[in-house]
Amino acid sequence: MTKKELKQYLEVTYPNMEVKETFNFPLLLVNKEDVIPVLTKLKDASETRFNFLFCETAVDRNPNFEVIYHLTSTYYHHDLEVKVILEDRENPIIDSVYGLWEAADLYEDEIYDMFGIRFKGHPNLRRIMLTDEWNGFPLRKDYQDDKIISL
Amino acid sequence: MENQPTPSPTELRTEEFVVNIGPQHPATHGVLRIEATLDGETVKNILPHLGYIHRGIEKMTESMPYKQSIYLTSRMDYLSAHINNHACSLAIENALGIEIPARAKAIRIIMDELQRLTSHELWWGSCAMDIGAVTPFFLGFRDRERILEIFEANTGNRLTMHYIVPGGVMRDVLPTFVSDVKELLKKIKGYRHEYDQLITGNFIFQHRTQGIGYLSKEQAISLACSGPVARASGVSCDVRKHYPYDGYEKLDFKEVIDYGCDNWARYLVHMEEMTQSIHIIEQLLDNFPTGDFRTKIKGIIKLPEGEYYQRVETARGELGVYIVADGSNKPYRMKFRTPSFSNLGAVKPTTVGLKIADLMANMSTIDLVVPDIDR
Repeated sequence: MTKKELKQYLEVTYPNMEVKETFNFPLLLVNKEDVIPVLTKLKDASETRFNFLFCETAVDRNPNFEVIYHLTSTYYHHDLEVKVILEDRENPIIDSVYGLWEAADLYEDEIYDMFGIRFKGHPNLRRIMLTDEWNGFPLRKDYQDDKIISL
Repeated sequence: MENQPTPSPTELRTEEFVVNIGPQHPATHGVLRIEATLDGETVKNILPHLGYIHRGIEKMTESMPYKQSIYLTSRMDYLSAHINNHACSLAIENALGIEIPARAKAIRIIMDELQRLTSHELWWGSCAMDIGAVTPFFLGFRDRERILEIFEANTGNRLTMHYIVPGGVMRDVLPTFVSDVKELLKKIKGYRHEYDQLITGNFIFQHRTQGIGYLSKEQAISLACSGPVARASGVSCDVRKHYPYDGYEKLDFKEVIDYGCDNWARYLVHMEEMTQSIHIIEQLLDNFPTGDFRTKIKGIIKLPEGEYYQRVETARGELGVYIVADGSNKPYRMKFRTPSFSNLGAVKPTTVGLKIADLMANMSTIDLVVPDIDR
């Protein structure tokens, strides 16, 4: 499906969710609770078949967090961006998509390490890049570190 | 404890133990630590530990203008520096709607494909060395050196070039560029039979790779593998074919796919990709466009508010640049989806159940570059 067709399909299939578009991809805004059912449906439905999670990341929109899933299909080669907004800054938590894509293992480890977002159901959530004793989460916008010297 | 019967000599049991491979181990090609659980020589589990060369490139880009962020991308996958610069420049050009001259596009693709050749030649040498052959390493470096000389003459640098910038390329190529590259390709093609004589037809090498390191198509997709690793498992994922950029759609080349799923298939895909790269460069050299090498763009780049995603095919797979812009001259967030980070997940399923010596063979055909994993 092209970007326009995919957008129309999403508007019809998910009437109670917001469908937008970014510069490259259609964008589907999903509630935190619906992540697993919606992504499972997108992966399995014969019209979409988004079976390839090529990028999973987060953005800190102080005070909210956005978790972003970039999906593509090896059958149709169309792309989709799925966005989840987490409002709880103190204890952000979301369901892990490890059951759908094994790639989420490393991606979610990295998001946890950099943003402090926890993933429920992840098999081995650990600080993958930094040490276990590291204070704070560096890619948060309010991260403070004395060692950062600006030139 | 007292109730347990003493084992008779026929019921000897083995115990699992953990061996740390790395961070300073020649087979990891960088500072990567693999925590391997072994039972005798058999690998039971693999857990990679990263971050030994984590420089926080994504954090650094948030405090830098767009133009300066491009310079950091050369430091991620240093064997695909041109292609990383290309990805970042394309993201900015597409967001601003800048059209670049035909000459710049041709130079970019030639440089990209030469870069792919250097990377695969280095890979060929080091892969053979991991498996136990020493001579190929020197031959790989000998041929790579010829290409690096061209890079040095035209861009001023050998490893981190910063040659591709938004709007085109930094400076025009030398007047002798076309004849230099033609001569180089002639030399490289002449050397190819040495590669096949030494390694491809080698009985020992074939036995170390054929049927070893099986990665099924489903698993490659689930792990989001890309590049030669995924294509050797039958996944069609070449960005140059599916999402062409800068004129790849006009060129004639094949997407190399193999259905062997093992180390041997990954080896063959790499070798055939080198042939395809040479073929691409030859087509561009035959009618090398004249004209400008760069369009003038504003000194300060400001991307309109929004989200941008650009992908290119590096020597290792799909590199994605995800930019969240807030309208200022610095990115709000910049994420690099690097191929090695995703391909790292393939080490465990290919190795578990095999012998420890096969871990080295698998890691070298999966072709990891550690700064690309850690960023």
